[in-house]
Amino acid sequence: MPKKLRKKNKRRNILELITEAGLVGRGGASFPVAKKWKLVKEALKTRKVAYIVVNGAEGEPGVEKDAYILKNYPEEVINGVYLANQFLGNQKIKKIYFFLNHSYWEKYLVQLQKVLSQRKYQSLAKKIIFTAKSKDLLYISGEETALLNYLEGRKIEPRLKPPYPTEQGLFNAPTLVNNVETFHDVSLVGRGKFDDKRFYSINGAVRQRGVFRLPATLTIEDVLRQTDNIPDFPFFVQVGGEAAGEVLNSDQLERPIEDAGAITVYDLEHTDKNKLLSHWLNFFAAQSCGNCVTCREGTYRLAELVKQKNHDQKVFTDLLTNLAESSFCALGRSLPFTIKSYYINILKKKI
Amino acid sequence: MTLTINNKKIKFKSGQTILEVATANGFAIPTLCYHSDLKVQANCRLCVVEIEGHDHLETACSTLALEGMKIITDSPRIREARRLNLELIFSEHEEKCVDCLRRFDCDLLKYAREYQANISRFTDRKKKRKTYCFSKAVEIDGGQCIDCKACLEACQTVQKINYLEIRGSGVDQEIVPTEDRDRACIYCGQCTLYCPAASAQEQSAVAAVEAALADKQKIVIAQFAPSLSISLREEFSSLNSENCEGKIKSALKQLGFDYVFDTGFGTDIASMLAAEELLKRLKDKQAVFPLITSSCPAWISYVEFYHPELLPHLSTIRSPHIQSAGMIKTYWAKKNNLNPRNIVLVSIGPCTAEKHESIRPELFVNGRPLLDQVLTIRELVFLIKKNRLDFSKLPKNDSADLFNGSGAAVIYGTPGGIMESVLHTATALSGAQKKNKISNNRLEFKTVRGLTGFKEAVVNLQGKRWRVGVVNGIANIEYVLPHLKKYHYLEVRSCPDACVGGGGQVIPTTKEIKKKRMAELYRIGKKRSIRWASENKAMLAYYNWVKEHKLEKKLLYTKFKRI
Repeated sequence: MPKKLRKKNKRRNILELITEAGLVGRGGASFPVAKKWKLVKEALKTRKVAYIVVNGAEGEPGVEKDAYILKNYPEEVINGVYLANQFLGNQKIKKIYFFLNHSYWEKYLVQLQKVLSQRKYQSLAKKIIFTAKSKDLLYISGEETALLNYLEGRKIEPRLKPPYPTEQGLFNAPTLVNNVETFHDVSLVGRGKFDDKRFYSINGAVRQRGVFRLPATLTIEDVLRQTDNIPDFPFFVQVGGEAAGEVLNSDQLERPIEDAGAITVYDLEHTDKNKLLSHWLNFFAAQSCGNCVTCREGTYRLAELVKQKNHDQKVFTDLLTNLAESSFCALGRSLPFTIKSYYINILKKKI
Repeated sequence: MTLTINNKKIKFKSGQTILEVATANGFAIPTLCYHSDLKVQANCRLCVVEIEGHDHLETACSTLALEGMKIITDSPRIREARRLNLELIFSEHEEKCVDCLRRFDCDLLKYAREYQANISRFTDRKKKRKTYCFSKAVEIDGGQCIDCKACLEACQTVQKINYLEIRGSGVDQEIVPTEDRDRACIYCGQCTLYCPAASAQEQSAVAAVEAALADKQKIVIAQFAPSLSISLREEFSSLNSENCEGKIKSALKQLGFDYVFDTGFGTDIASMLAAEELLKRLKDKQAVFPLITSSCPAWISYVEFYHPELLPHLSTIRSPHIQSAGMIKTYWAKKNNLNPRNIVLVSIGPCTAEKHESIRPELFVNGRPLLDQVLTIRELVFLIKKNRLDFSKLPKNDSADLFNGSGAAVIYGTPGGIMESVLHTATALSGAQKKNKISNNRLEFKTVRGLTGFKEAVVNLQGKRWRVGVVNGIANIEYVLPHLKKYHYLEVRSCPDACVGGGGQVIPTTKEIKKKRMAELYRIGKKRSIRWASENKAMLAYYNWVKEHKLEKKLLYTKFKRI
């Protein structure tokens, strides 16, 4: 971008820039960032206090981009938060919470604080509270309302929506919750450097594991190819995380990657069906918060069911369908998505 | 605003949920965790409905009705989800149907039938869960709990006692009493009023009462609160309250009780003594103010544990059903040549805390409890249904008892009822009857600082103006405590809407139902042949007898202690 245009950008409202860039949340739900910010700003017209929460829970197995971003671009993240704080009003933002995964919490804390010691971030630094998502915290603690419950010292479970956090979030005040990657992107937009790229985590049976920054419009196949990760053996992939991601076969790679940008490659011939099923089911059963009966009991019963040698396939299917139909939150609804896509796309079985 | 439910056009108001709109228009939707007085939980997933354009079902209880919504409340798809969720709920609920108090009114079973759920498809997961017992009053049976959290809402939000907690996650999640030693159960039983699964419930005395009734050696006596007729009318519809009272007596006789008494008699004694106590304090320049009522046993437990510094404020008068029990086991037994040791006295009322109260040693007479058993209204209803008594066809037992209570005793169960009764009696005692406003009119209370749970009034007694107040629901006490000094007399009721919303009331109890109960109590209170405690001649005779025999301390008064 020419220097002149960049200067012009600086003077423009950050909200306009985000809208123009078409930025969407990188936490998984792909909610338009501008819309969220606007909602908080609207709510603040009648309220005195608001909060910002930086969601770095990164609970989804197979997704490691937040860690990568914090390691390599801590300044962008802080700057993104700075812009949000400026936009919503420094006076009104009472506290800013960084909720970070335990595995990298300590590793990158020093770096973040180093950035915060800069003059520019002086007033910001005073408001920031770092919180670790400890090992025993549930998967669902990354869901924004469950996260708010955690920060308030309440039971970790999703809240009923509405009211949305933008209106009544942390301690009932309007709250902006965005993912680490989202703040990173916001910063780039603010600097006029945003190029519509995103971070992809690549895991499993590949040559080049890791996090890669590539255009957001790439197909699964493009990503695998550009990272030199197309396997030379029969394989299948799980896209969007190793728990809640959709399972696709090697003929289905011509589609873009939505939600959390993650691809896990499985070796088709050397992956044990029952082990994989148990792995998924046990994960969900262990991570269910317990709030609604559909998920609390449903995930547990499914995990128990597959332990039996000849389990009742009808009950199995019924429970999965019911999770999709009547779970309280997206966690319960995502398990059948994973399992059913595995059955249909890989096992080629009706379910 | 309009939407359609099952293809029918329906008008609704903005802010209503789908469940509210559907119910108001006659579309039945099953619910377990939902209660109109509590925060929406949406965790039992039974009220799921289809909304056009939504890719999964939505819970009617938590989804706001929107303009133009197309809603289906019954379809094979919905029935399938409800059936499965029921089967999962039953896998958490150990069926103890044989002697379950909710057996005849069980929503779980009702829905299981309606949706043809296989209630034993999955093994009972919680069989080994503990039952937590709180004194003799309330219990939480972990083996029956369906994790709906209604009891938590009752304990934490409605009562602000915070004794119950939720621990763990997923299938390890459990409702437990807190380990915080600074918190205690006050036995109000509000949790039992909202539990849909008979997990939070009163500790049943049904078996003990049945054993006593079967014992030929024992004289089994029932005394029941005057408000019972209002509540039983709801259970056995199409009755008016006047008939209901006579039928309760018949029912109790048919169940095998030898004698039946009106607890209202004890209420009149309590009113009379409270009026005397109040007048005495008002005259005493060194007296502690405010004087605070002590009729509510949950309130007593609250003060003893949380605010022992208030103990000197408490009225020292025994509560109504302890008063009548004292009368029955001494005065009446003697007159009828009965050995009190052969009497099994059962008190029936809308309260769970009275179960705890009955075993308080300071209320024992001659080393024994006055009340041998305490039943909630629900337990009586259970006995009636279990014995297949056709309540509506029972004869009206109008036997004019000598030991009836006044109309004031009838309204005692409402918030402000104690105040009204005591102030009226005090006015009568101080001889200012005819001229004083109180004697003829209802007290004019005004709500304080927008609190629905606290109201105050200024009254004239002995030529002076005194400030009085009524705390309706224990959650409101914290607002009042800093301003205690402003008041001379306070009535405190632990349950919201007092005994009308008591922990031992019939289920369902909602704000709407409670309003009706209160109105009805006022209506029948006025119709009693004796209007006020001070006019109850049988009571006055008994009072004189107690004084003659110098039994006041033993029968009429009590002391409270720090726990």
